[in-house]
Amino acid sequence: MSKRRVVITGMGLLSPLGNDVQSSWQGLSAGTSGVVSIDHFDTSQFSTHFAALVKDFPVTDYLSAKEARKMDDFIQYGIAAGVQALRDSGLAISEQNAERIGVMVSSGIGGLGLIEENHNKLLQGGPRKMSPFFVPSTIINMISGHLSMMFGLTGPNMAIVTACTTGVHNIGQAARVIAYGDADVMLAGGAEKASTPLGLGGFGAARALSTRNDDPQAASRPWDRDRDGFVLGDGAGVMVLEEYEHAKARGAKIYAELSGFGMSADAFHITSPPEDGRGAALAMRNALKDAQLNAEQVAYINAHGTSTAAGDIAETRAIKAVYGAHAKQVMVSSTKSMTGHLLGAAGAVEAIFSVLALQHQQVPPTINLDNPDTECDLDYVPHHSRDAKLNHVLCNSFGFGGTNGSLVFSRV
Amino acid sequence: MSNIEERVKKIIIEQLGVKEEEVKPEASFENDLGADSLDTVELVMALEEEFETEIPDEEAEKIKTVQAAIDYVKAHSQE
Repeated sequence: MSKRRVVITGMGLLSPLGNDVQSSWQGLSAGTSGVVSIDHFDTSQFSTHFAALVKDFPVTDYLSAKEARKMDDFIQYGIAAGVQALRDSGLAISEQNAERIGVMVSSGIGGLGLIEENHNKLLQGGPRKMSPFFVPSTIINMISGHLSMMFGLTGPNMAIVTACTTGVHNIGQAARVIAYGDADVMLAGGAEKASTPLGLGGFGAARALSTRNDDPQAASRPWDRDRDGFVLGDGAGVMVLEEYEHAKARGAKIYAELSGFGMSADAFHITSPPEDGRGAALAMRNALKDAQLNAEQVAYINAHGTSTAAGDIAETRAIKAVYGAHAKQVMVSSTKSMTGHLLGAAGAVEAIFSVLALQHQQVPPTINLDNPDTECDLDYVPHHSRDAKLNHVLCNSFGFGGTNGSLVFSRV
Repeated sequence: MSNIEERVKKIIIEQLGVKEEEVKPEASFENDLGADSLDTVELVMALEEEFETEIPDEEAEKIKTVQAAIDYVKAHSQE
């Protein structure tokens, strides 16, 4: 018996480049940076003063003010992307199909902002001053929970947490839930809002962030010799994944097929990849095997490419290991050069960018790549987007703890 | 003494996201104004804040209607 095929029939985005799919893609295609100075708290004591933020989020388009007050921003972002994706899919939810529709949307970090706020209340006023909504407003599975309640979706409801691979893992595993037959439709993705004092301070303390405070929009510069760390990004991405025959039967528009998913672990270090990128290579190989494709059939890789010294080189080596003699032919870009690093949302947002690249037959660029590192010598599509014939694309995510995931999307 | 009734009603409107005309004296937070148990806890906390008083849990459990909230505050407010 052949496995059930899974296609993408809806997409929703909230990114530093725009509050929907269309505006985000326009920003991406034009090579614009979403990085700005942080002005929602005082950053003067921090080594980094900027991040790639969501701007002018119209929360009441998705939630009442009363509901929104009980949710950390990351939950609001995830719900917004989920609502957009479901609307985009045109799927009508009924008593008959509700139990065949599930949700897997989560976050790498969770509700830092409200954790900080409630900890302050605890210290200043004691436990009686803590919000009764503290726990449900900050825990990571609440996007999945809220989306199920908003739309009455009684299928599988989960939330994978694997740091910066969260989004890719949710999408890949949600596709497996459909392929296995536990659901016909899954909303899958990730959301993040880590641009808070704890987030900025924590990643800063780990020396993971760029400190290019004099030129924030040039700070995220994957593979460039002058890169000095990643830029925090906020936002969310959600896809509607659907069993192929189910989508065809209802006449849904089909963006692409999720043809491959691969996973691996580095088994190496809490934050650093092995120099040869062998864990990343294994995830890519597993995804290609799942898709039954040879590497050279995949013409574009939306890379993890965070703009850190070690990570960019390891991923480059991993791509060389997988592609061998064809490594110089594959186009590799890091959209994090424009969106910053959305952590648990990164894989979801970038999976959507990968599907959009297939749809538009255009590869988004790596901006700020002025002088490639001598060890980074692939075709990173510098500065400008490029029209290209694309049949298959691959999207990588790698996370703290040494957890890796790769997705392959194909034209239908 | 400024109008305690008005201030209590204002807090209920804000906390529960309801309209002014719904906040009748006999209205029950859970049955009429759409509050769940966590909303009610938060509402009591907002009353404590506004009127600088502490409402013990066993008293808070009895505050189930608009009038009960007004009565409690009138009886216990420092103002």
